[in-house]
Amino acid sequence: MEITGRVWCFGDDVNTDLIQPMHTVFKPVEEQHRYVFEANRPGWVNLVEPGDVIVAGRNFGTGSSRPAAKLLVDLRIGALVCDSINWLFFRNCVNFALPALSCHGVARMFAEGQTARIDVGTGSVQNLETGSRVSGQPWTAELLDILRAGGLLEQLARDGLLVGRGTDE
Amino acid sequence: MADMTMTEKILAGHSDREAIRPGDIVVTKVDTVVPLDMNFYDSMWAEPSKVFDPDRIVVIFDHVVPAPNRGVGEALERGRAFAKKMGISRLHDVGPDQGICHQLIADVPYAMPGEMLVCVDSHTCSGGALNCAARGIGAPELIYVMAKGFTWFQVGETVRYELSGSLRSHVTAKDLFLHLADRYGAHVGQNMEFGGSALPGLTMDQRRTLTTMCAEVSAEFAMFEPDEVLERHLRERGRSMDGGVLPDPDAVYAEVRSIELASVEPMVGLPGSVVHNTVGVSSAAGTPINRAFIGSCANGTVADLREAAAVLTGRRVSPEVTLFITPGSQAIYQQAVHEGIIATLADAGAVVTVSSCGMCAGFQNSLGPTDVCIASSTRNFAGRMGHPDAQIYLGSSGTVAASAVAGAIADVREFA
Ligand code: SF4
Repeated sequence: MEITGRVWCFGDDVNTDLIQPMHTVFKPVEEQHRYVFEANRPGWVNLVEPGDVIVAGRNFGTGSSRPAAKLLVDLRIGALVCDSINWLFFRNCVNFALPALSCHGVARMFAEGQTARIDVGTGSVQNLETGSRVSGQPWTAELLDILRAGGLLEQLARDGLLVGRGTDE
Repeated sequence: MADMTMTEKILAGHSDREAIRPGDIVVTKVDTVVPLDMNFYDSMWAEPSKVFDPDRIVVIFDHVVPAPNRGVGEALERGRAFAKKMGISRLHDVGPDQGICHQLIADVPYAMPGEMLVCVDSHTCSGGALNCAARGIGAPELIYVMAKGFTWFQVGETVRYELSGSLRSHVTAKDLFLHLADRYGAHVGQNMEFGGSALPGLTMDQRRTLTTMCAEVSAEFAMFEPDEVLERHLRERGRSMDGGVLPDPDAVYAEVRSIELASVEPMVGLPGSVVHNTVGVSSAAGTPINRAFIGSCANGTVADLREAAAVLTGRRVSPEVTLFITPGSQAIYQQAVHEGIIATLADAGAVVTVSSCGMCAGFQNSLGPTDVCIASSTRNFAGRMGHPDAQIYLGSSGTVAASAVAGAIADVREFA
């Protein structure tokens, strides 16, 4: 599964409070988007476009188990590639269907605005401007199936395995 | 391949792979799935049209029980109806079979050696005391696993703990954990495995206190080697240790750490988190407290109630302090009644409650902003037991009982 998109660069240790500030957690979902990275990158949400790619350093998504990955999906980020992704955050990426790869060395391979091509099925990341490549852990067929379906519960719904949801879902 | 840790062997066995390595992503079959009362809350529930195997699902109502309000009452009703519809016969409803999930998972038991178990609570690594790869997962994932019977894991590297010697009197597995948390800190993305010459001297309850608390240092899986102590535990319950898994002799570890148990003293976890934040009791002694709690999935065992009763016999809880004691299951409560422990605790002024998670996550007797609590439960994050300004210290059940009598953090050894 290939994704090609314009790159936004972020540093190390981008935590869940930067992605989804605590004061917004209980706001309506449409409003939550406005606050993504408000502390470290004010105004970014107005510049980012569907399909754009986030490239970051070490330990992206460290922090709480709150569904911050879902906000990046809602902003229609095409993919997330980092030197390393926090484990719990990676779990949330898969389960909310955000293509995400940990590839050591990827952060220094990109400058902002360049174009990245990512294939989570093979684990490869390429800088289309410089031609350099790096690869990380490929997703398994089962994970790709979750991604294609649009997330865990969506996959169950697609497979006809979901009859109803709680009213807040 | 013959160089895998216990966790790696169980994950490999459940994903039909010869060998796995840290960093791999594996899709694994799951043997047992444990939904809790919380799963059936309106905000979390999504109903699967089928389950992969009703005999591999155990429904446990434990976090907020008995239902304190209408919303919870409706959730429990939804859980009962779902179990009935799917033919899930193992339902721990409010009543004599009631208990905290991890206590029941170990006591019944539902965690079995060499198997995989998932539950929606983050302390599910508790089941590793039974040589089971047990892990907490999110609520939508739990629904998914109930329907499909499998899930995926990223394989972490493993830290091996070689335990030797024995704990001194009045020093418990809780103290041992607090000691490890201070010395080694977080274990993000790592598994913790325990073995060594000290194992024959460690009871199942003590092992479970340790594996349960491993969630507090962010471990993935926590696991004990299978041995005679586990074998006896299973035999007494009509089960066998056949699936048990030992590490390969040349298993590859991120690090091997040796711990001499006799070097551990009673410890106190300071408010906020246990990671590099615990001290010997002498450094915290004298800090005034007004709330005390003995219980949770880590320390609501009969052994904990006995520890508390030993301190409280012939003594009174300080008039400044409320001491709440919540047995890990109704079976433990009953045993404590038969041993006369409950009378001792109540005579001393403790409030003994029905089994549940209770104060551990602020579901009962929530703390106010100026409260200072010492608890033998699992977690002391700000706001965990009520108001974010409340201070939460952690200690063994004996330390909590001694502190409740003194009205300040106290050394249990002075109450022997
Ligand atoms: S007792 Fe506390 S830590 Fe244990 S399952 Fe309940 S809420 Fe979680």
